[in-house]
Amino acid sequence: MSSETITSQLETADNPKDLERIVINPLTRVEGHGKVTLLQDENLNIKQARLHISEFRGFEKFIQGRPYWELPVLVQRLCGICPVSHHLAAAKATDMIVGATELTATAEKIRRLMHFGQTLQSHALHFFHLCSPDLLFGFDDDVRHRNIIGVIEDSPEIAKQGVLLRKYGQEVIRITSGKRIHGTGAIPGGVNKNVSKKEIDYLKQDIEQMISWSQDAVDLIKRIFFEHYDYHMSFGTIDSNMLSLIAEDGAFDIYHGGLRAKDDKGNVIFDHVDYTRYGDYIKEGVKNWSYMKFPFITSLGQDDGWYRVGPLARVNNCDFFTTPMAEKERQEFIATGKGLPIQSTLAFHWARLIEVLHCAEAIKELLNDSDISGTELLNRGELQSTGIGVIEAPRGTLFHHYEINDDGIVEKANLIVSTTNNNQAMNESIRKVASQYLDGNKLSEALLNQVEVAVRAYDPCLSCATHAIGKMPLQINLINANDELIDRLEKRVTGEISRTV
Amino acid sequence: MSTEKTFKLDGKSIPFQDGDTIMDAALRAGEYIPHLCHNPEFAPHGSCRVCIVDVNGRHMSACTLPAAEGLEVDNSSERIMEQRRNILQMLFVEGNHVCPGCEKSGACQLQAVAYYTRMLSPHYTHFFPKRSVDASHPDIAIDFNRCILCELCVRASRDVDKKNVFSITGRGLESRLVINSASGKLGNSALSASDKAVSVCPVGAILPKHVGYDQPIGDRLYDNKPISVVGDVASANNQQENAND
Repeated sequence: MSSETITSQLETADNPKDLERIVINPLTRVEGHGKVTLLQDENLNIKQARLHISEFRGFEKFIQGRPYWELPVLVQRLCGICPVSHHLAAAKATDMIVGATELTATAEKIRRLMHFGQTLQSHALHFFHLCSPDLLFGFDDDVRHRNIIGVIEDSPEIAKQGVLLRKYGQEVIRITSGKRIHGTGAIPGGVNKNVSKKEIDYLKQDIEQMISWSQDAVDLIKRIFFEHYDYHMSFGTIDSNMLSLIAEDGAFDIYHGGLRAKDDKGNVIFDHVDYTRYGDYIKEGVKNWSYMKFPFITSLGQDDGWYRVGPLARVNNCDFFTTPMAEKERQEFIATGKGLPIQSTLAFHWARLIEVLHCAEAIKELLNDSDISGTELLNRGELQSTGIGVIEAPRGTLFHHYEINDDGIVEKANLIVSTTNNNQAMNESIRKVASQYLDGNKLSEALLNQVEVAVRAYDPCLSCATHAIGKMPLQINLINANDELIDRLEKRVTGEISRTV
Repeated sequence: MSTEKTFKLDGKSIPFQDGDTIMDAALRAGEYIPHLCHNPEFAPHGSCRVCIVDVNGRHMSACTLPAAEGLEVDNSSERIMEQRRNILQMLFVEGNHVCPGCEKSGACQLQAVAYYTRMLSPHYTHFFPKRSVDASHPDIAIDFNRCILCELCVRASRDVDKKNVFSITGRGLESRLVINSASGKLGNSALSASDKAVSVCPVGAILPKHVGYDQPIGDRLYDNKPISVVGDVASANNQQENAND
């Protein structure tokens, strides 16, 4: 991977004390709290660039001791943007625990409907609310205008479509799970409700409009992409492996499938891997400067095995979409790569909107499927001690792994969330942008926004990426009313705890 | 001329019989007085204090005060509601009541009474006590985090099931529910899933295992109507059991 050599050099500067430190804090228009630190020498050369996550959660620890049947509802509280992903990944893990090797057609289709609804709303939120200001107005537009209010003022129709697409997705979630955010629809072995005829009629009213607006959104991003083709193809572009779930027949599938990984040239690294064996294929590395872990493909090692997940990986990796409009768009997307995977970081947006179109089409298909009004909601078998659920969250592959004891109490949990999977890649992308556009320049807000644009393309959810506890380094500062640091406890990667003030 | 004995509850005449408490007479007349430890099937307990009312200027628990002629009972003034809210807020911070993740949310009497009294936040500093879940019984789990020490399970197990599975030990802030078994665990106790003690818990402390969230949001006990209309968790459980029979 050629660009890795260049960008990885910027992970750690040789002489950090002699360098000027520039901090972008907080990162704006992303989910959760994060920051970027840059170190620049006297010649304005960038010597170090790192993405940090500045919050701490601890879900893996505090769900220990809780009953397994609580997991789908409890763990979704990791996030308010794509809680359905955690809800469904945990539900799939608890399906395994209760021995439900197969769901009823009704249960599986309702869960898929819920997931399409959430992917639609999450992607719409990301593109229209968070990223369209950069893409419509330019990365160097006045910061007071470069936001969703600016979009509402200048392009009210686009803003309206974004808001209403998101609303529609939220309504699909409400109808399948009881609430727009943090519902309870999926339970171990199935779902707790079906979709009534009245609810189907309600959702059918607007679905054609949603499909049409989704197509408009794909057309919009293509226009933006091709207007500045060379720039979009090179901005923050890194050559990476890509990982996603894939259906048995190679179709795009965000709910269930095997793991497929391809290298930067599009060659298969592994394919249709049973995701319950993810531990044989993926490991998580730790770095002493980040709360977020660094997963990698075991066979390639930590230096070469990092990968990207999410829309870019999914659209590059899949063989086809099952819905016609999205498939037509996928073919155009793939053709642009001329036989190679598209590695452009900004192509995430393009791939994301193709997924929006697929979700809208797939919702329509499911609304016409009588199974979603069925009454067989649950399957149960023999209780198992291990539960592993993997799903494609809007931001990428999401792993939930639980071990329970004989009483049904969670003893161990491991969550590898989408944004964690993209950790190394996001760091590589900001280093690329730093070396492409910031190196040698006096830094301005507009230049620093380019770093944020690269991070935003991944749609990171920084809140759920810092769920872990245990090996992660941690620093607790005690600050008095005068804002003076009076005590500091540090926990190192080794687990050693020390007082440093 | 009527010989019916009455007292006034928020200005309304409430008839009562000898031996009635204010709570008995009010509930019979269809007037709701918020409560948690009270259950008409058991002797009055007077421990949660949520049913506090102002009676001729004195604050008394409605579930233990005998009804008497001429009493003027305030059940709904802001002053009384505020006292109830304070009591509920203390209950919320003494335990670990995490409604967003609790499977009883929407069908929990503590939550429903808090809504009824217009409690908007716990207000006080959380104790965050370290309590565990005992899931050693094959059918029943008990989450001590959510126990409000109403003693309904204690009374039901002692008076109806005749098993004495539960008891309260300790004093004051150290009070806690304990299990009567050699190991102190539910799994070794005489409790069975059909026991009265299992169905009287007003909160999410005593629960059947392997199920949860099976009622969709919108269909749960208190989703559509307040507790003053719906009634208690235990009476809903009784109705459910009768329907199943």
